[in-house]
Amino acid sequence: MCIGALTSQLAQAAWEPTKTVEFIVPAGTGGGADQMARITQAIIAKHKLMKQPMVVVNKGGGAGAEGFLDAKGAKGDPHKIIITLSNLFTTPLAVGVPFNWRDLTPVSMMALDQFVLWVNADTPYKEPKDLVAAVKAAGGKMKMGGTGSKQEDQIITVALEKATGAKWNYISYKGGGEVAVQLVGKHVDSTVNNPIEAVAQWRSGSLRPLCVFDAKRMPYKTKITKDMAWGDIPTCKEKGMDIDYVMLRGIFMPGGVTADQVQYYVDLMKKVRETPDWKEFIEKGAFNTTALVGKEYADWVAKEEARHLFLMRDAGFIAK
Amino acid sequence: MEELQSLMGGFAIALTWFNIALMFAGIILGVLVGVLPGLGGANAIAILVPLTFGMAQQPGGQVSAIILLSCIYWGALFGGAIASILFNIPGEPWSVATTFDGYPMSQQGKTGQALTAAFTSSFIGAAVGVLLITFVSPVIAKFALKFGPAEYFAVYFLTFAAFIGMSKGNPFKTIVAMMLGFALAAVGTDTVTGTMRLTFGITEMLKGFDFLIAVIGLFGIGEILKTMEEGLAIKGAEGKLNMRVVWETWKELPKYWVTTIRSSVVGCMMGIVPGGATPASFMSYGLAQRFSKNGKNFRNGEIEGVVAPETAAHAAGTSALIPMLTLGVPGSPTAAVLLGALLIWGLQPGPLLFVEQKDFVWGLIASMYLGNLVGLIVVLTTVPWFAMILRVPFSIMGPVIIVICAIGAYTVHSSMLDVWMMLIFGVVGYVFSKLNYPLAPLVLALVLGDRAEENFRNAIKGSQGDMGIFFDNGLVGTITALALILLFLPVTTAVWAKVKPK
Repeated sequence: MCIGALTSQLAQAAWEPTKTVEFIVPAGTGGGADQMARITQAIIAKHKLMKQPMVVVNKGGGAGAEGFLDAKGAKGDPHKIIITLSNLFTTPLAVGVPFNWRDLTPVSMMALDQFVLWVNADTPYKEPKDLVAAVKAAGGKMKMGGTGSKQEDQIITVALEKATGAKWNYISYKGGGEVAVQLVGKHVDSTVNNPIEAVAQWRSGSLRPLCVFDAKRMPYKTKITKDMAWGDIPTCKEKGMDIDYVMLRGIFMPGGVTADQVQYYVDLMKKVRETPDWKEFIEKGAFNTTALVGKEYADWVAKEEARHLFLMRDAGFIAK
Repeated sequence: MEELQSLMGGFAIALTWFNIALMFAGIILGVLVGVLPGLGGANAIAILVPLTFGMAQQPGGQVSAIILLSCIYWGALFGGAIASILFNIPGEPWSVATTFDGYPMSQQGKTGQALTAAFTSSFIGAAVGVLLITFVSPVIAKFALKFGPAEYFAVYFLTFAAFIGMSKGNPFKTIVAMMLGFALAAVGTDTVTGTMRLTFGITEMLKGFDFLIAVIGLFGIGEILKTMEEGLAIKGAEGKLNMRVVWETWKELPKYWVTTIRSSVVGCMMGIVPGGATPASFMSYGLAQRFSKNGKNFRNGEIEGVVAPETAAHAAGTSALIPMLTLGVPGSPTAAVLLGALLIWGLQPGPLLFVEQKDFVWGLIASMYLGNLVGLIVVLTTVPWFAMILRVPFSIMGPVIIVICAIGAYTVHSSMLDVWMMLIFGVVGYVFSKLNYPLAPLVLALVLGDRAEENFRNAIKGSQGDMGIFFDNGLVGTITALALILLFLPVTTAVWAKVKPK
C-alpha cells in the first residue's frame, strides 16, 4: 500500500529538469536561429520560467549536421533541446548525413520565418516583373545572393527560376546580415533575405522589398519606413509568381523521451510565447506567428519534409 | 566638431561609479577568460548576455550592459597576449604573431618587458581604433560596402603574399607549410556547394579542424616536447617581482614609433574589412620584419616584434566594431555575440543606430576610451605576477601547461576527439621545428583558408570564370597588384643582388 501511494504521488508531480538544460543551435552565432534561441533563453531567465539554468550551444558544423547528430546521439536525454530551421530537411538530403527529423521528438513550433524578395533601392525595379525582365535580358549574369548552399535561399531561387523562366547566378554567403550588406554594396542584384536580416537596411532607404513569399500578406501595420509597413509588401502570388515558402523555427527534443518530459517543454515554450518580450521580438522580425504542438506539429513537419524532398530533387540538390 | 560634443555627452553617460565598477569587473573577467585558451571572449559574453537582460530594461541600462560586455571583450583581447608570451599558446588567432618574439623574450627572462610592450601596444592600437570610430565611422561604413567577394579575396591574398614575401628563411618551406594549412582548412563542409570534403565518412570530421585545437597542439604541446628534449632539468627563468620593469620598458617604447604608426594604419585598414584582426597582425609583423632596422633579429626575442602585431591586432579589433554598429555585420565571433545582445535589448544595429540611439552609441564609444584605459591599468599591475610564473621549475609547470592545453582543447567543442587531435598536432609541431619548417604560415592558412576559398570561388562564380574580376576596379586592382609585388619580392631581390654591379 505504501508503495502504491508513492507511485501515484510521483505520477502527479510533473517532470521538471534537474540540471542545466542545453539548447543546441545547429547554426553559427548571429543568425536567425541563434537570435531566436538566445532570446528564448533570455526570456526564460528574465521571467524565471525554469528553475534550472539554460545554456545556448552553437553546433553549426556541416550545415548543422553537427548539432542534429549530437541531438540524435543523446537519445533519452531530457536536458537537451534543439531549435531547427529548414536545414532540418535540407542538410540530411544535401549532405547525406545519417539523420532524419524522426530521430527527434517534436516539441513546439515557435514561429515561421518569412522570405522577401529584395533589390537595391537605387535600381529601377519597382515590381517583381521589372526584375524578372532584367534577369531574363541579362541571360544568367545577374546575381542572387543568399545564405548557404542548397538551403532555403537557393531553393527559393530555383523555385523563382521555375516560375518565371529567368536564370540567376546564385552566390552563397555565410550569414544573412552579410547578404543584406552585399546587396547594399551592389555586389549582388537581389536577395531573398528574412525580414529581420534586412530590416535595418530597408529602414535606412538602401533596400526595396518587392514581394513576400507567403500565401497571404504579413499582418503588421506599424510603419517601418516613412510610408510602408510590413503589411504593405504584396505577396509574390499577387504579382503573378505562385511561390510560397516559409521557414520553420521550431523546438525538438532527442528521441526516446517520456510524454511528461515533452509536455514540460511544450508548456515552457507556451509561457515564453505569451511574454510581451516575445511578442515584441516577433513583430520586429515580422514573423508568421503560426505555432503548433503535438501531432499537428509532427504532421506539419512531415508535410514540409515531403515538399523539400520534391523541391530539392527537382533542383538536383540531393546527395548521391 | 559635432563629434566632440557628442563624445562629451557620451562621457557624461558612461562616467558613473556603477559603470566604472562594471568596467573593472568586465576587464578582470575578460583577462581571466583570455588567459585560458579555449574559453574565449565570445563564450564568456554569450554566457553573460542573459544577466544583462534585466539591466538593459532600466533607463540608461543599455549603456551599462554594453559596457560590461565590451569590457570583457577588451579584457580578453589583453589577456590573449599573456598565454602567448608565457607559454607559447595563442588563445586567439590574432595572438599567434605575438608568440614569435614574445615567447623567446620570455625565455630570455624578459617576460616583464614583453608583457608591458604587448599591453601598451594593445592600448595604443585600440586608442587609434577608437579615434577612428569617433570621427569617421560613417565614411568607413561606406568604404566597407565596397567590399565584395573579389575585394575580400584580394585582401586575404595580400596577407598570404606578404607572409611569403616578407618571411626570412626559405620561401619554399613557407609555401609548403601554407599549403598544408590550406589542405587542413578544406576539411569539413564546402561552403560554396554544401557538400562534405575529406571527412572520410567520420561524422566528427564534419566540423573540420578548429584553429584553436591546432594552435594549442602545434605551439603549446610542440613547445613542451622541445623543452623535454633539451633536458627536463630546466630551472625556472629568472624574474624579479618589480614594477620598475614597466617604467623601463616604457622608456624604450617611443623608439619604435615608426612601427607603431605603421601597425596602427595596417590595423585600421584591415579592421574595417570585417574579420581583419588576424590578417592585420600577421601583415604588420611581416612589414615590421622587412622594414625595421632590427628586422634581422626578429623571431629571436625582439621587442619590436611584439609591438607590431599587438598594435595592429587591437587597432583592427576595435575598428571591427564599426561594421557591426553601422552595418549590422559582425567582424568577429565576439562581435557576433555582441550583435545578438543588442538585438535582444531591443536595439537595431544598422545605418540608423547612430541617428536613433545617440546616447547609446556615444556612451559605448566613450566607454571604449575608458574601458581600454582601465584595462591597461589592470593588466599592467599584473605584469610582475605573471612574470613570476616562469620562476616555477619546468617539472611542475610542464604538466600544468599540458593540463591547461587539454582543458582548452576540450572546451572548444566539448569533444574528447579534439584532445587527441591536439596531441597529434603537438607531434606535428615538434617535427616541424626539428626540420626547420615555419608553423605560422600553416596556422595562417588554416585560419583564413576557408574564407579565402569561399570568396575566391564566389568572385569567380559572379564573373562567370573571368579572372579579370581581380583587376575590375581601382580598389581590388590595387590590392591584387600590391599582393603580387610582395609575393615576388624574394625573387626580385635575389635577382637584383646578382645583377647589381659590385
